[in-house]
Amino acid sequence: MNSGKIIEKKYRERKPDKPVKKKRDRKSYSLSIGPIHPALKEPVRFDLKIEGEKVVNVDFELSQVHRGIEWAGTRRNPVQIIYLAERICGICNICHSACFCIAVENIAGIGVPARAHYIRTIYGELERMHSHILWAGVAAHELGFDSVMYYTWKVREKVMDVMEALAGNRITKGIMMIGGVRRDIKEKQVPMLKEALEYYKKGFGKLGDIFLKDPVIKSRTVDTGILSKQDGLALCAVGPTARASGIKKDVRQDAAYAAYSDLDVKAITPKNLLGEVKGDVFDRIVVRLLEVKQSVEIIEECLKQMPKGKIVYEEKIPKLLAELRSVEGDGIGRIEAPRGEVIHYVKLVGEESPFCWKVRAPTYNNLLPWGPMLMGEQVADVPIIAASTDPCMSCTNRAVVTDGNNEEVLDNEAMRRLSVEKTNALKRRVGR
Amino acid sequence: MIEALQAIALIPVVAIVGIFISLLFKGIDRILAARMQARIGPPLSQPFIDVKKLFMKENIVPKNSVKWLFEIMPIVSLTASLVVLLYVPLFGFKPLLDGYGDLILVIYLFAIPSLAMVLGGFASSSRYATIGAQREMVTMLSYEFPLAISIIAIAWVISKTGTCIPAFSLGTIFTIPVWGLVGPIGFLGLVLLSLVMLFVMPGEIGTVPFDAPEAETEIGGGVLTEYSGRNLALFYISSSVKTIAFAALIVALIIPWNISNILLLGGTGAIVADALFFLAKLFIVVFVGSTFVRVAIARFRITQIVKIYWGYASLAALFGLLLIAIDLSWMV
Repeated sequence: MNSGKIIEKKYRERKPDKPVKKKRDRKSYSLSIGPIHPALKEPVRFDLKIEGEKVVNVDFELSQVHRGIEWAGTRRNPVQIIYLAERICGICNICHSACFCIAVENIAGIGVPARAHYIRTIYGELERMHSHILWAGVAAHELGFDSVMYYTWKVREKVMDVMEALAGNRITKGIMMIGGVRRDIKEKQVPMLKEALEYYKKGFGKLGDIFLKDPVIKSRTVDTGILSKQDGLALCAVGPTARASGIKKDVRQDAAYAAYSDLDVKAITPKNLLGEVKGDVFDRIVVRLLEVKQSVEIIEECLKQMPKGKIVYEEKIPKLLAELRSVEGDGIGRIEAPRGEVIHYVKLVGEESPFCWKVRAPTYNNLLPWGPMLMGEQVADVPIIAASTDPCMSCTNRAVVTDGNNEEVLDNEAMRRLSVEKTNALKRRVGR
Repeated sequence: MIEALQAIALIPVVAIVGIFISLLFKGIDRILAARMQARIGPPLSQPFIDVKKLFMKENIVPKNSVKWLFEIMPIVSLTASLVVLLYVPLFGFKPLLDGYGDLILVIYLFAIPSLAMVLGGFASSSRYATIGAQREMVTMLSYEFPLAISIIAIAWVISKTGTCIPAFSLGTIFTIPVWGLVGPIGFLGLVLLSLVMLFVMPGEIGTVPFDAPEAETEIGGGVLTEYSGRNLALFYISSSVKTIAFAALIVALIIPWNISNILLLGGTGAIVADALFFLAKLFIVVFVGSTFVRVAIARFRITQIVKIYWGYASLAALFGLLLIAIDLSWMV
């Protein structure tokens, strides 16, 4: 008998839980932060148990901004999906589109020209710079330090200007293409890029002074929201969140893509600057600031080493699409986004549109570490700790269950049952 | 009798002028803060526009709230703030109700708007407001002590000038600049006390870095979470009036000088000059005590606020008091 049926039977037979009369706990009360709250830039609901000002239990609820992008993707051709992938996240638009391209290139065995690899790397690092500086501003705002927020965002404008000059757009740049990039970095654009890098090299000291030496920022962030190395490993934290806890994990180092194999990229931990790793919010600030510096160096190195030549595998898009229509198989793209590792899984079955497209954004991994981080902290620190992983909710949400106006909450069993049904239906569709 | 009637007639004038000036100062404060943060900032009239808009908006009372308490607290808060204005010297005049209440009363009156916010917060039955109200109470308890030390020390210095002077009366205090009554050690003590009072100001009026009770990014407005429309407007006006009332108190205590006798003016000229000079002094205090501090520092946690006020500020105030005591015993 197949296990799906047993589970289904179990699910049906399950009786509703009897309301257990709990002994009323007078010491603690629950406080819900979100889904809409001034501290949150995107909807997520924290359900905190509070004793006085201390957090004693943490739960959170996602899925307030599901947009069905993956579903929409399976109804478009791969080139159209690139632009859809850009819109998964306003900030990580390069890494999502690049990640999708890499996945498709893996399936079709498309070789990317060397110059395109370098251009991808430059864009990826520009994106990391702007994302980390943006985050620093948000962190200052969460600490009630708006002056720093305005200053930081003023500093960020420079990289935005560069991106606009290079790609024609500040945010959704539309630069990635399967098998390369769409626009070259021209010789006459290089001086402007170099000038911006100089600006950051000079401005970095001031930004560093503000965040690393200001006594109030220090007193609010040091020893706040600690994520130990063990917890970080056990809960699969990624990106700066993991690195701040001393886990040397960086896709650019571990599974180099684009031009990173030519460059010497090492995962940055707070040890580089502070000599010790605590895994607190301050360490996360340190790691991100150091990564901005690292990005500047990487771009400089790229500009030096960049070879000349083609920037895309196939310029004629109909020809590319025709080639992709004849391909079968599945592939994975991995990229180190500003927030951590992004994974795109794509399955092509020789049709116009992919059979399956699955996105795993880094925030998904960095959600569970909120538990150990928030436990035992003060309510006042919840926003900065939550923000310290740089969460991106709309990239993370994958499912929402609604039935008209009645919200139906599925438990584990029901979720499993639904997914078994879906898998069977898919199997039938493929004919296996 | 006629004096009393005059005073009563002047009360609405003081209230209206007080509200107007406080909102104007809020506008200036916002522009200056914006410029310091490299922004353009709102127009000068923004606080008036805000108040007008709030009065037009619907006044929502939460279902679970204690309605009468929730509704009455904004009025209590504004009334108390306005009453303070009647007891502090404004525009170089002695207080309107001089002789009917002194510094001690003023300190208590300053506690009422905060208490009203606490009660309103608890009455609104929102959890954010409850946390905010708890924090407001803790903040209040923390800053009252250093403030009381500072004020009492100044009154004590004044009391040494003569035997039967009403030392706690603001009508007296603002005519006798306290700085001339002490020697160099006492002067140092007074500087320390003035700094403590300026440092208490952001806590008293609830701005960054001591705005934990309202912390927008933490508890979404705290005590004011559930307030909207007219009630929120009343709290808004109340807090800005409280700002200038507290600044006026500091002006009266530590920079009470008038400019007319220096410029050798008389009659209407003297009154106008003193009034303008008063506004300038008020502006300096508001700028140093509120605008600059809120731009320069991040928000403290509630535990840090307690530590700072009870610990550092109180120690500084006690040390100032000690210096003054040494100075005064020297003189005797």
